[in-house]
Amino acid sequence: MTRTRLLGTVAFGLGIAFATSASALTIGFSQVGSEGDWRPAFSQSMKDVAAKRGIELKFSDAQGKEENQLKAVRSFIAQKVDAIIIAPVVVTGWDAVLKEAKAAKIPVFLADRDVDSDPGLFVTRISADFNLEGRLAGAWLAQASKGKCNVVELQGTVGSAPALQRKKGFESVTALFPDIKIVKSQSGDFTTAGGKEVTESFIKATNGFKGICAVYAHNDNMQLGAIQAMKEAGLKPGKDFLMVSVDGVPDMFRSLVAGEANASVELKSDIGGPIYDVVEAYLKGKTDWPKWVLIDSDLHTQADAAAELAKRGLK
Amino acid sequence: MIPVTPPPTETAARPPREKKSLPSFVWPLMALATILVIVGLIEPAFFSIRIVEGRLYGSLVDIVYRGTPIMLIALGMAVVIGTSGIDLSVGSVVAIASAVMAHYIHEGWDPASVIAISLAAGLACGLWNGFLVAALGIQPIIATLILMVAGRGMALMINGGRIPTFRSDFFSFVSSGSIWIIPTRLFLVVGVALILWALLRRTAFGLFVEAVGANPSAARLTGIATRTVTLGAYGIAGVCAALAGLVITGDTRSSDAVNVGMWSELDAILAVVLGGASLSGGRIYLATTLLGVLIIQSLTTSILMTGLPPEYNLVVKAVVILAVLLIQAPKLRIQVANLAAAFRGRGAK
Repeated sequence: MTRTRLLGTVAFGLGIAFATSASALTIGFSQVGSEGDWRPAFSQSMKDVAAKRGIELKFSDAQGKEENQLKAVRSFIAQKVDAIIIAPVVVTGWDAVLKEAKAAKIPVFLADRDVDSDPGLFVTRISADFNLEGRLAGAWLAQASKGKCNVVELQGTVGSAPALQRKKGFESVTALFPDIKIVKSQSGDFTTAGGKEVTESFIKATNGFKGICAVYAHNDNMQLGAIQAMKEAGLKPGKDFLMVSVDGVPDMFRSLVAGEANASVELKSDIGGPIYDVVEAYLKGKTDWPKWVLIDSDLHTQADAAAELAKRGLK
Repeated sequence: MIPVTPPPTETAARPPREKKSLPSFVWPLMALATILVIVGLIEPAFFSIRIVEGRLYGSLVDIVYRGTPIMLIALGMAVVIGTSGIDLSVGSVVAIASAVMAHYIHEGWDPASVIAISLAAGLACGLWNGFLVAALGIQPIIATLILMVAGRGMALMINGGRIPTFRSDFFSFVSSGSIWIIPTRLFLVVGVALILWALLRRTAFGLFVEAVGANPSAARLTGIATRTVTLGAYGIAGVCAALAGLVITGDTRSSDAVNVGMWSELDAILAVVLGGASLSGGRIYLATTLLGVLIIQSLTTSILMTGLPPEYNLVVKAVVILAVLLIQAPKLRIQVANLAAAFRGRGAK
């Protein structure tokens, strides 16, 4: 607040016109785009919390292109914002623009994804841990199956960070149980259609999921496709098969309530609060942040799905 | 300037058409059979067909079933390619139709109206492409690229940047239901194929399309309204893509504007080519185009069945497709022979 007050005082000295714009914190936020269910919700949370806290948010949607992000960040620097938040499209190519921000003495925070740059060029990364999500899903499954299970895995887009880490995290836990095996694994590209098609093939390849005890999907959309495919093949997901996935999208809560799924690790989208907490604390003078500030994950089951839906004002 | 011996001439490379002894569907059919037999050897369960939940069930059924959206798109694409055009926007039209459908289902419209407006959206997209190509004379690849890029954005706008989900018994029946034991969507493909066949082979339209594709100037001079024909061809492609959108969206009961129909234009073009048509136009093969889709889809399904690590999916697919294309190309052998002859000729000098 000292900085804000200082700015305000200076501005007041300069004139009323400046005072109104400088009295609030101005933050530039460069978002990846609006793909899927999760990211638009994340953007909305950033806007809502900013409005609530009186932060002036300059929001820029990069539409999945890094050059748009670089442009946006440069314009934030030119506008002399108090802080810049970037949710990077890709990990590479950030050195130049991060150095420009540092030269302009504007702190940069990373949200969600990582960059491949000198850690001295940004304050910290604030995000959930994909690996931890995988471990949580694995731990839930190990317990629910009592350490004995043949798992079918629906992977995310090949080579993407969430797919890699959710796979690694899951396997790091299931490796502790010799009787938990991943017997089939394919990519469903994070989409419902992909998850459905892959599951249909798996059902045939295993002669109606014979000996299979669980489906682990790297996101809920694929799991929703898997549930449809299983129902159409006359199987009972959620009852005869353990269904665990990651994301916590509204339709997954509905499936949990309907008893067609068993567990979903929530990737929180209302993370505007925790992100601004870090930014505001930094601007107030707390500069010794670790390079990765974790946003905790949560795991939801059939037991609390109805309550979660109600909490979100959904049916 | 260094004197260069002219490459083997075009006329030499082009064999007389009548020389072909085998009917055009033999090569794609053989390629398909080879793929199926190989996968069947690896995974014997591949050929089992049973009746589960009152409908046919098995990997072979899956291939036909999962292939239907691309079949619909490829049928339209075959007509456009027949005019020596190409339509890169079909994937985006799928997304637009999908978004329009989800939107009006949420508005509470009855299924017939939802179908009508979604197909109308597809038709409008197709006519827009046709207008750019026929009236403004923009090259098809550029003209349709515009909608390919913009269309997905429009679909995303209609969806409000989210993935709307819905429940509709009617569309579930159309897309994933079955009549007797046969999936409903197969009737849709057969219906569209029959309508197109009748339109192309039982009216003069097919002749006009092929005339425009083979030689537009000659077609115009003989009195064919080439612009109207081109416009019609793109309109057909738009409606076919919209139908595919309805099938896909009814299947997943959600409209994912960013991903639905992604890269389907490439699969459709590939299917038309696998079916034996040339991208330079003048020929439409509906039946072998459908075979082409079955080749692509049997590859996808068998990759999923055999438990190949996902990192290799695309590489395997590419290699097999390349092999199929080479097997199918009678020109290749003639060209290889010509090249050999040219080298021999150069050596003699």
